Amino acid sequence: MRLRLELRPAPSRIMAWASPLLAGMATLVAGFILFSALGKDPLQALHVFFVKPIETRYGLGELLLKASPLMLCAVGLAAGYRANVWNIGAEGQLTLGAIAAGGLALAFPGADSAWILLPMIFAGAAGGMAWAAIPAWLRTRFNANEILTSLMLVYVATLLLSWLVQGPWRDPDGFNFPQSKMFADAALLPILLPGTRLNAGFLIALAAIAVAWLFFARSLVGFQMRVAGLAPAAANYAGISAKRNIWLGMLIGGAAAGISGVGEAAGPIGQLLPSMSPGYGFAAIIVAFVGRLHPLGILLASLLMSLLYLGGESAQINLALPSAVTGLFQGTLLFFLLAADVLINFRIGVIGRKAANAAVATALGAHV
Amino acid sequence: MSQWKKWALSVALTASAVAWLSPVAAAEPLKVGFVYVSPIGDAGWTFQHDSGRKEMERALAGKVTTKFVENVPEGADAERVIRELAQSGNKIIFTTSFGYMNPTLKVAKQFPNTDFEHATGYKTDKNVGIYNARFYEGRYLAGIVAGRMTKSNIGGYVAAFPIPEVVMGINAFTRGMRSVNPKAEVKVIWVNAWFDPGREREAAETLVSQGADVLTHHTDSTAVVQAAEAKSVYAVAYHSDMSKYGPHAHLTAVTHQWGAYYTKAVQDVLNGTWKPGNLWGGIKEGMIKMGPFNPVVPRETQELVNKTAADIGAGKFHPFTGPLKDNDGKERLAAGKVMTDDVLSKMDYYVEGVQGKLPK
Amino acid sequence: MEGAADHFATLVALTLAAGTPLVFAALGELMTEKSGVLNLGVEGMMLVGAVVSFIVAATTRQPWLGALAGAAAGAAMAAIFAALTLSLMANQVATGLALSLFGVGLSAFIGQAYVSVMIAGVKPLSIPGLSNLPVIGKLLFAHSPFVYLSLLLCALVHAFLYRTRAGLVVRAVGESAGSAYALGYPVVAIRYFAVMFGGACAGLGGAYMAVAYTPLWTENMTAGRGWIALALVVFATWKPERVLAGAYLFGGVTLVQFQAQAMGIAVPSQILSMLPYLATIVVLTIISRDAATIRLNAPASLGKPFHPDT
Repeated sequence: MRLRLELRPAPSRIMAWASPLLAGMATLVAGFILFSALGKDPLQALHVFFVKPIETRYGLGELLLKASPLMLCAVGLAAGYRANVWNIGAEGQLTLGAIAAGGLALAFPGADSAWILLPMIFAGAAGGMAWAAIPAWLRTRFNANEILTSLMLVYVATLLLSWLVQGPWRDPDGFNFPQSKMFADAALLPILLPGTRLNAGFLIALAAIAVAWLFFARSLVGFQMRVAGLAPAAANYAGISAKRNIWLGMLIGGAAAGISGVGEAAGPIGQLLPSMSPGYGFAAIIVAFVGRLHPLGILLASLLMSLLYLGGESAQINLALPSAVTGLFQGTLLFFLLAADVLINFRIGVIGRKAANAAVATALGAHV
Repeated sequence: MSQWKKWALSVALTASAVAWLSPVAAAEPLKVGFVYVSPIGDAGWTFQHDSGRKEMERALAGKVTTKFVENVPEGADAERVIRELAQSGNKIIFTTSFGYMNPTLKVAKQFPNTDFEHATGYKTDKNVGIYNARFYEGRYLAGIVAGRMTKSNIGGYVAAFPIPEVVMGINAFTRGMRSVNPKAEVKVIWVNAWFDPGREREAAETLVSQGADVLTHHTDSTAVVQAAEAKSVYAVAYHSDMSKYGPHAHLTAVTHQWGAYYTKAVQDVLNGTWKPGNLWGGIKEGMIKMGPFNPVVPRETQELVNKTAADIGAGKFHPFTGPLKDNDGKERLAAGKVMTDDVLSKMDYYVEGVQGKLPK
Repeated sequence: MEGAADHFATLVALTLAAGTPLVFAALGELMTEKSGVLNLGVEGMMLVGAVVSFIVAATTRQPWLGALAGAAAGAAMAAIFAALTLSLMANQVATGLALSLFGVGLSAFIGQAYVSVMIAGVKPLSIPGLSNLPVIGKLLFAHSPFVYLSLLLCALVHAFLYRTRAGLVVRAVGESAGSAYALGYPVVAIRYFAVMFGGACAGLGGAYMAVAYTPLWTENMTAGRGWIALALVVFATWKPERVLAGAYLFGGVTLVQFQAQAMGIAVPSQILSMLPYLATIVVLTIISRDAATIRLNAPASLGKPFHPDT
């Protein structure tokens, strides 16, 4: 008797929702085993990792604060992924968004009205979009693979930021340290929850989730992008412009990432530093997948991912575990998810059964 | 009341009287927190801070418990870690990197009853003190050793970022070299990273290929010392003694000693006399110490170094005493004048003897 | 101070040494991509290879054993990726990213106890008589054994892909997995091989850094070289010999900066560092715009999942 994967007649809806749960549970079990192996009390360790960080108001604020850029980036990326546009450069677009907004803030050091925030957000979106436009243009005009071009631009963006904060935008009173001046208080996002660092960026992220849901579920363009992603030939035949979808997919992702960059610069950081993000742009890709490219899923996934960041830190402080434990958990979660996802489109069959699936080869288009 | 009960009652009364009247035997140990920017490892900036922490723990055994968090990136996340330490009852917290400055100040405002000490920064507050070490004093001494041991008269310096602290170090090293070897020159390579062993190695090898035969570094790994060993040139280590990484190459090291300072600061908190300070300590305060000499260093040089160190410690000699020219020839300090701390902390030029231009 | 020719030889030697981790990782990824699979997890595989090689070298005191173990570890990581993407049909981009993330975390985790441990690394070649020859010695006979190995690997990969039947099959799978399958080739098995080969090479690249180049272990010691290797494969238009050129170019950019600095010439280092990435984008654009050229260069099935039922 041998097991083999058989294509399902149609993707299993139950599994679509069950697989993240399965993956989550499997990660917990893996965590249990890992902590035991390290000689820590596993239940206590799991508590420190998953519960302790959010026990206080401040902790909750941090959870939502960290989830905001993840949510925002992921939902923008998801728009593209649904259309088979693979933007991997969100980290770079986030950086450019921070640069654009930061540049504006630095140009008005004496700003005393919160009205400066609106232009900053637009600037950030514009910056991110501009950076995403490059791979979009290269793909539509020259057929260059957007995965690679957007990835390369992440490096260029990081080097650009580094040059700016060490050179022209360096704080003259900062003892030559690579950092910009602090932004004026008016150029910082207002705090939502007193006693925490949760700022208005969270509201923007939530709004993005809502907009994305409307866009995906209710708009014609959103629908067309999805079709183009699932069955490019059919979409083409129906007159849906592939080029337009590529542009939309990249620009939406770029704008979202750019705004999340503003969230960091005008949020907890308050200035420009050589590193504006601990890899949110890449983590957002994971969030997009774990969230099944669905706005609600992304909301939940970003909270989970944020908890993993906080949990890793908490484990470091309270259990003397190395900081690497965060990346370990995040990677493990994604692995389990990707494995569990298989069960959406395939089921485990015993060899000997006929796989009467030839006619449903089109269902493969549902591969995410 | 029965006999037994009377007896029990009197014992209980006596015991409570004793407990009530005797002074509090052991107060809850003071909690002390440390935030490190890199892994502790076996050598380097954080290792020295952690050694200081351990020293303090030993000196105040029983009266303190310490907690440290390593590898905390500077930036948005640092604030949360510092806050967590304050929240969990640490009464004095040492944040050991420049980039923690703003997060420390923010958290300090939220925890007015906790004391904070920030290393290498420049902003203080009611409950935030700053502390730093005169690394340049050790660099000058390192330069003396290098100046005597070099045959090519070229020193190689692998440096991270052109901040004043690093520039001071380069300049002091160069002046030290030229004080015993007026022909000596120093080449500098900026690797733009505090810690990147691969790049540090490449920079070290490049310097050697350009003729440097004594290397030193202002970066955080042991790569430069290891490169020197591999290329059969000399090296002076920084932060920690790194002789085991280059037994033939390692001449000495400019080591950081934070233990005495940490002990004093924590003792002050225990006594209730802690005040936010602004200490820039050097050899005199025991914060900078040269590591043991490699036997190949001639005794005469060792004695010169020791004497100069003693002079610096006693305030009789300052590595930045005029005449001092920058490497464009412009005079920066007149003969006999000693550079003030204020001017020193903003140093943004190379002294005579350093090749090249400081990146702007 | 050396003479000009000698100096040149030193520069060449430094460049070769700096580019070697990239050569290993990129050649491996090239094989993987030639079979039609995009594995973004190179950085994670390099780091795991580095840490495992270091631990084994430190424990057994045999750096070469360590290198072997590093390659095996890289292959094991790649196997996870292969299982997820080839057998379980998971998305290659997401899985590769997860692998990178996981690899960085795993390597830091298990390497904790070994930070700042000393090992006797693999020393550069030292042939009596030959290695000490002026100029020629440095140019030809004094490199680390890994450097020679990487050059050999390049030749072997080239010969395999373009001179053997098996290599042809691998390329065919990369062009059109469906057609290859229809012709009776075990597409999944071939891809497994290519992916694990890629992992082994990445592991070897990491091992070189940990047991020969520096030699030490620290978290994240590859500092992004895995990602550069990904760029390199594209830059080299999927041709092994161009991988060499690109690796030395990418590795050399840093060295050029350093040389200029050491000579007293101020260079804007960040702008210079951008050049390899911008160049990669330009190259990719050029080869992609002509549909025929891209067909000749980039494996057509790159990134697309394959299932026998489709």
